[in-house]
Amino acid sequence: MKARTFMMQGNQAVAEGAIDAGCRFFAGYPITPSSEIAEYLSGRLPEVGGRFMQMEDEIAAMGAVIGASLGGMKSMTATSGPGFSLKQENIGFASMTEVPVVIVNVMRGGPSTGLPTMPSQADVMQARWGTHGDHPIIVLAPGGVREAYDLTVQAFNMSEEYRVPVILLLDEIVGHVHEKVTLPAPDELVIIDRKKPTVPPEEYLPYVADETLVPPMANFGEGYRYHVTGLVHDETGFPTNVTEEIEAQLMRLNTKLDRYEDEIIQFEETLTEDAKIGVVAYGSTARSARSALLRARDEDISAGMIRLQTIWPFPTDRIREFARQVSHIVVPELNLGQIAHEVEHAARGEAEVVRINRISGEPIHPDEILAAIKEYW
Amino acid sequence: MSFRYEIRLSGAGGQGLILVGKIIAEAAAIYDDKNATQSQSYGPEARGGASRSEVIISDGDIDYPKATDIDLLLAMTQEAADKYAGEVKSGGIIVADSDFVKSPPEGDFAVHCLPITQIAEEKVGKKITANLVALGMIHKLSGVISEESVINAIRARVPRGTEEVNIQAFKYGQDLVD
Repeated sequence: MKARTFMMQGNQAVAEGAIDAGCRFFAGYPITPSSEIAEYLSGRLPEVGGRFMQMEDEIAAMGAVIGASLGGMKSMTATSGPGFSLKQENIGFASMTEVPVVIVNVMRGGPSTGLPTMPSQADVMQARWGTHGDHPIIVLAPGGVREAYDLTVQAFNMSEEYRVPVILLLDEIVGHVHEKVTLPAPDELVIIDRKKPTVPPEEYLPYVADETLVPPMANFGEGYRYHVTGLVHDETGFPTNVTEEIEAQLMRLNTKLDRYEDEIIQFEETLTEDAKIGVVAYGSTARSARSALLRARDEDISAGMIRLQTIWPFPTDRIREFARQVSHIVVPELNLGQIAHEVEHAARGEAEVVRINRISGEPIHPDEILAAIKEYW
Repeated sequence: MSFRYEIRLSGAGGQGLILVGKIIAEAAAIYDDKNATQSQSYGPEARGGASRSEVIISDGDIDYPKATDIDLLLAMTQEAADKYAGEVKSGGIIVADSDFVKSPPEGDFAVHCLPITQIAEEKVGKKITANLVALGMIHKLSGVISEESVINAIRARVPRGTEEVNIQAFKYGQDLVD
């Protein structure tokens, strides 16, 4: 197969990435600005032997993708803010039971039904902490159409490899902008599938992990039986109230991603080498920022940017290092400072964090970021 | 500084402005082998309400995909003309539909206020093709995309069976600014 060049929007690229990553099940409830993902997959999935289900609501859709994944299907759902709120209970269930699933949230402004059609980055914290309790999660934020494809493929790979829910956070601009993209031939992709048990069914303990901390996962229907519960469970999958067992399982769950952070955490650096003033941005806001910093460079201002592709886990170490190098870090966001707070935490006072925030539904103009860069230069 | 041309298509939901944006972007990016982005903003309504589609054409990377200094504005309602004329760059172009824009904007730009919807209704026989008439004008006035590429993109993007009527509308639009 050959590479393919199209004019394509981010939502469509997510759908294509899912298909090429091996997703064969989608359940969802359409909601602006994510609807094109469901619309597109309703046509594409049946063509490749997959299943598309429009569910009665977002909660049921989240339940359906967890069930499909337990049955061995790579599964995805897509939604926006209010629907993402509804899914949170079952996202916690997926975290606790270690079921690989991919959840796309094309953000809108909130709270409640908020601003359906306008760009926003309001769900950065909801993606991390929307469901209750300490839990592992991976959140990826593409900055353009081609990257929406790439990060969707990676979202499936990470969810399969580490057995965690992976959330793709898009904003409306990335979801809806049409760009010229060349997609790789599907057979050029690296695809990761979940590790399966090597022991016979009667010896299988579903929550025993080796040194990887990720237990092998048996698909239902392949002869293995085990218990799946949202209660804290022991190695057999049945609930436990034994402190030592609780501690062991929950600590494994909550630390299993730590050793893989180098692979999970991705960011792109633009002109950071000699930067004296920094920018940290993600999604479409990073496009405004890149435009601003290139113009700053034309005026001999040494500005540089770290663009987050992985938002959670947060690249604390790199941001800390960057903070030691620059005097200020400008953080433009279409929310009231959800990542700025994290940047401040990482910087620990080494650089001053300058916030540019907007929640009125308009994007942040490159001029505003350029003005901030100049002000602190 | 690389070449960058910004088009804003504005009017009401249902006028087909997002389709026109997609056609222009596809003509430039796929058939003319430049870079292009098309983005949009619209309200929660399916029809009516303000609608806006933007196309950026460049020979380099396009970071910010929204218009910042408009080269060409299409205004299909008075509201759109009033709201966006101020963002058109000095020496830019405004294309307006005189059926809706009764008081054309004045300023340091060329205004082509012509009966777009009327042409679609009377000459093409389909009011719904007004967006393609406007596309013909935009093609002629902007000079940034080749005719062959636009026609290829129209064929690829309009519903099957309506290619010829849409191309006809496009040609009436071109003739309007001759």
